[in-house]
Order: sequence, then C-alpha cells, then structure tokens
Amino acid sequence: MQKYILRRLLLMVPTMFGLTLLVFVMLRLLPGDIVTVIQGEFGSADKATRDAILKDFQLDEAVPIQYVKWVGRMVRFDLGKSLISGRSVQDELSTRVPVTLELGLLALLFNISVGIPIGILSAIRQNSAVDYAGRTLAVGLLAAPGFWIALIIISMAGRYFQWAVPSTTYVSLFEDPFRNLKLLLVPAMILGGAGSGGVMRFTRTAMLEVLRQDYIRTAWSKGLQERTVILRHALKNALIPVVTVIGLSIPGLVGGAVIIEQVYSIPGVGRYYLSAVNTHDLPIVQAVNVMTSLVVVFANLAVDITYSWLNPRIRYS
Amino acid sequence: MANTATTASPPVGRKGTGFAVVTHQTLRFIRRYPLGAVGAFFVLLLIAAAAVPWAFTPLESQDPLNQSIADRLQGPSTAHWFGTDELGRDLYSRIIYGARTSIVIGFGVVLIAKLLAVTFGTVSGYYGGKFDSLFQRIIDIGIAIPGLVFIIIVVQALATRLPSIGGLQPDILAIIISVAVLSSTSSSRTIRGVALSLREEQYVEAARALGARDRRIMTRHIVPNLTAVVIVAASLQVGGAVLLESSLSFLGYGVQPPAPSWGRMLNDARSQLTKAPHLAIFPGLAVFITVFSFNMLGDALRDKLDPRLRGSN
Repeated sequence: MQKYILRRLLLMVPTMFGLTLLVFVMLRLLPGDIVTVIQGEFGSADKATRDAILKDFQLDEAVPIQYVKWVGRMVRFDLGKSLISGRSVQDELSTRVPVTLELGLLALLFNISVGIPIGILSAIRQNSAVDYAGRTLAVGLLAAPGFWIALIIISMAGRYFQWAVPSTTYVSLFEDPFRNLKLLLVPAMILGGAGSGGVMRFTRTAMLEVLRQDYIRTAWSKGLQERTVILRHALKNALIPVVTVIGLSIPGLVGGAVIIEQVYSIPGVGRYYLSAVNTHDLPIVQAVNVMTSLVVVFANLAVDITYSWLNPRIRYS
Repeated sequence: MANTATTASPPVGRKGTGFAVVTHQTLRFIRRYPLGAVGAFFVLLLIAAAAVPWAFTPLESQDPLNQSIADRLQGPSTAHWFGTDELGRDLYSRIIYGARTSIVIGFGVVLIAKLLAVTFGTVSGYYGGKFDSLFQRIIDIGIAIPGLVFIIIVVQALATRLPSIGGLQPDILAIIISVAVLSSTSSSRTIRGVALSLREEQYVEAARALGARDRRIMTRHIVPNLTAVVIVAASLQVGGAVLLESSLSFLGYGVQPPAPSWGRMLNDARSQLTKAPHLAIFPGLAVFITVFSFNMLGDALRDKLDPRLRGSN
C-alpha cells in the first residue's frame, strides 16, 4: 500500500508539469494582455511604453524561458506577485481560500447529510411513494443547474419577503458565526444540493444490492431490530461505492463554487479567479489552476485509498 | 366468418416488414421504459426545434429579434407566452431559437469526444506496452484538469483563433472542441479498460489464430463490442455538455451574441430578478428539461443495452 501511494505521488509530478505547461501556453494565447488592460484604464500607450510595461512584468521573454523561471519559483513555493495589486499571490489568496474552503466543506456536508439518508430511505422502502419521491428528487437535482436554482431563490425571496442577497462582508465563522452563515449557508446548500442527487442514487443502488445478501437475511432472522440491520450491517458495506461518488464530485464542487460565488458575490477564490482572468493577472490565474488541480488529483488519490481501506478485498500493487 | 378470419391475408403491419418492426419495438420501449420514452420524446422535440425553430413560433408576436421597448419586461400573456425581456423581445421564441445552440454543442461535444475516446482507448488498451503507459500519462493530465476553471481560459484562447466553420460561430466551435477533448480523456480510460478485457476473449484469440491483422481485430471484434458502453455514456454526456455550456455562457465566457444561448439569457435575467422573475425561470427550465430528458433516455438505454448494469444508480 505504501509503495502504491508513493508511486501515485511520483506520477503526480509529470502530471503537474504537463498541466501547468498547458495552462501557461493557453494563457499566452488569450486575446489581449496586461498592457491592454492597463491601457483601458490610463489611455493608449505607444510601443516604447508597452515594451517597458512588459519588461517590468518580465513578460517580454520567450515563453519557454518564462515557464522555466516560473517553475523555478514554484518549487520554492514562491507564487509571484499579482500584476494588478502588486501584492504577493500568497497574500491575495490567503484571505480568500478560507472562504471557498468553508463554502466547499459546508456544501459537502449538506450533500452527504441529505443524500445518504434519502438514498437509504429510498432503498428500504423500495417502490413505495417515498422511494418514487426520493428518486424524482435525485434525478431532478442532477439536471437542474445550481445557478438557476440560486436565481429563482433570490428572485422569489426578493419578491415575497423583501429579502436581498446580504451585502455583509465576509467574517470568519469563529468571529461571528451568525453573520458568516447568513452569507454562506444558502449558497452552500445550493452547491451541495447539486451533487446530492448523485449520492442519493448511488446510496440507493448500493443499499439495494447489500440488502439482498445472505448475511443481511441472517441478521433479520436473528431478530435484530430494523435499525440495527440497516445502520450497523447494511450501511457499512453499502457506503463503499458512495465514497467514490463523493470523492469524484469534488472537481464539480470546485467549478460550482466559481459560479455560486459569482451569483452571491462571495469574496472567495472563484470570484477572484474570474476577475483575474478578465484583467490578465497571469500569476493569480496560474496559481489558482495549480491549486485546484492539486485538489482534484489528491481527491482522486484519497478516493482510491479509502476504497481499498473500506474494502480489504481490493489491494493495489 | 371464422373461415374468412383464418384465410384472410394478415394485416398490413404484420411482423417482418420494416415499418411494423420499428413500430412494434418503439411501442415495447415505451411500455418497458416510460420515463425513457418521455425523455426520448423531448429529445426529438428539441432536435425539431433546433432544425426548424420557426415551425414552433406560429404567432407574429413570436419573433426572437423584434424589439419593442413599449412591451419590455412583460409577464407571460397570450401574445408572449413566456413574457418579454429588457428590450421587449419575445422570450418564448428566444428560447426556441436557443435550442439549436444547445443541441449543436451537446451533440458536437459527444460526437467528437466519443470518436477520440474510442480511437485512443481501443488502440491504447489493445496494444498495451510503452505506448499505453505513455498515453495514459497524458490522460492523467486530462483527468487532473479542473473542468470549468480551465475551460474558461481555453474557450477564450481558442475563440479568437478559430474560423467559423459550417455556419458555426468560432466561440461555439471553441466550446465544442475544448469540452470534447477534455471529456474524452476520462472516457478513453473507461474504454481502454473494456478493450483490455476484450483483448483476452477467446474470439479475439481465434481471429488472431486465423491470421487477422491488428487493425481488423480492433475494427471488427473490439469496437463493435464497445457499442453499448459508448451509446449509454454518450446519451448521459449530452446532458452534461448542455449543462456546462449554460454555466459557461452564464458566466459570460461561453456563447457570444448573436447566437442565442439559454445560459446567457439567465445572465441577462440577473439585473431584473425581482421585477421580472420569468426571465430567470423559463430559460433555466429549458436547460433543466433538456438535461433531464437526455438523462432519462440514457438511463433507459443503459437498462436496455447493458443488462449487467441494470438497476445500478
């Protein structure tokens, strides 16, 4: 197992090289650059000014040289400076990462705490009204764009309850939990709800499969309570495939966070990322891409490890 | 009477004629998979709306381009079924005309993605060895890419560099190509897995013993056996592509005007949310019904074509 994890970690190195190179090249293919952004604010610049600005940002060098230098800084954990604010990327991101992280974790929590119970209920009451309602909800959640639900909630709340998106600035959960949740709870529920459809369906399928097994019949015939049979005997084994779905939903959560932060004006990484793309703030865009792909890569690895941990029959070599 | 009944020639739609078989199988599909049939019905309707949108807008007031400031931000009425937008344009006809964008992107993405995935997945799985391990490292990169975050850049970078082909705007082509290439990576890995196991089948060994070349084995023995896997995944993927396009367009990085797009309409609706909620409700409903229909169709096709997966998720 340790060997397997080590090999997976080593394989991440070429993957990250390829990925960052791809991002690097794509960014240089974008129409316009930082100079056009600055020009838009301060009027046109002649060729000499333009060259001076590019030189200042070290964007005048050949792309391969820029990449090598960037990698050189990356391995020393130096993410560079924002071209717009001049502050270091670490500083810029350090205030925003916790916001998005909280949003993502709340969403994941909501996803699991809604998805798994409804999935179980659907399975143990198979083909009942409860089951049909649960399944309809699941396929509905899978098809509804999260931002659409967000827009409808905002418009209905505004129309009937005179409630507007709170313009409160972000405060840490530990500082003022009430104000924090006022801003983040609804977006997190929408974000988590989108993924919970998949979790419901997977839990239901896995439960149905497990409930047909012999050892469950044994548990019933021993006269155990339904509660014990379902939660202690069946659920444990049924959760194995569910863990995979939850892990694989993390990349979607990252993309979803970008959208939901935009809709609810949440000052997280996603919203900052979009503005950095618009202003050609390349160091920020590159750093966010590296960060999010690391999240994806480690989520995949975590899924594989938990999978073998929960199911000892699976052994990686 | 009884005599005539037995000797009379069978009805026109007897078993064996092409049309009757199709009707019979269609009816059976509807009976067995009612939800899948509903999905298929909406998918056909969408394709029709994409092909001939004017057939769905009979009224004179239903013109997607006609602006009328006097009629702006109206709620649903008999003249404007879904109401009007900020410029007084009819929302219903704008949604109907937007079907083409979604359908072209949805099918375009899946067609290209599956073509790439089947080609590379089969070759990689069948040959194995050095090519396989090198190729799988490239696939690793594709799988590590954070979908939406990365696609925002790629679509922008490609859109200005692509010509318009076949009447499609460069930005629509850019979305199709980037989403297709990205989603082909993970599906090519699935197909590679299937190809790996098919390679060991006895009939493949038999074909090889008969002296069949690799190319013949792949095209005649491996690819045909992938059909079920590919069709089922494709149907589910169309919905995913439509959803991704609407997200991109909603953020302003997707389909650009003049092409109508449901995601863009939802973005436009943001400034009038309390005054005109219908602007947010209907375009989103269009996305929802489209994705829902493709998912239902995909589920039914999976049950029908791949009995091993029956009842799973």
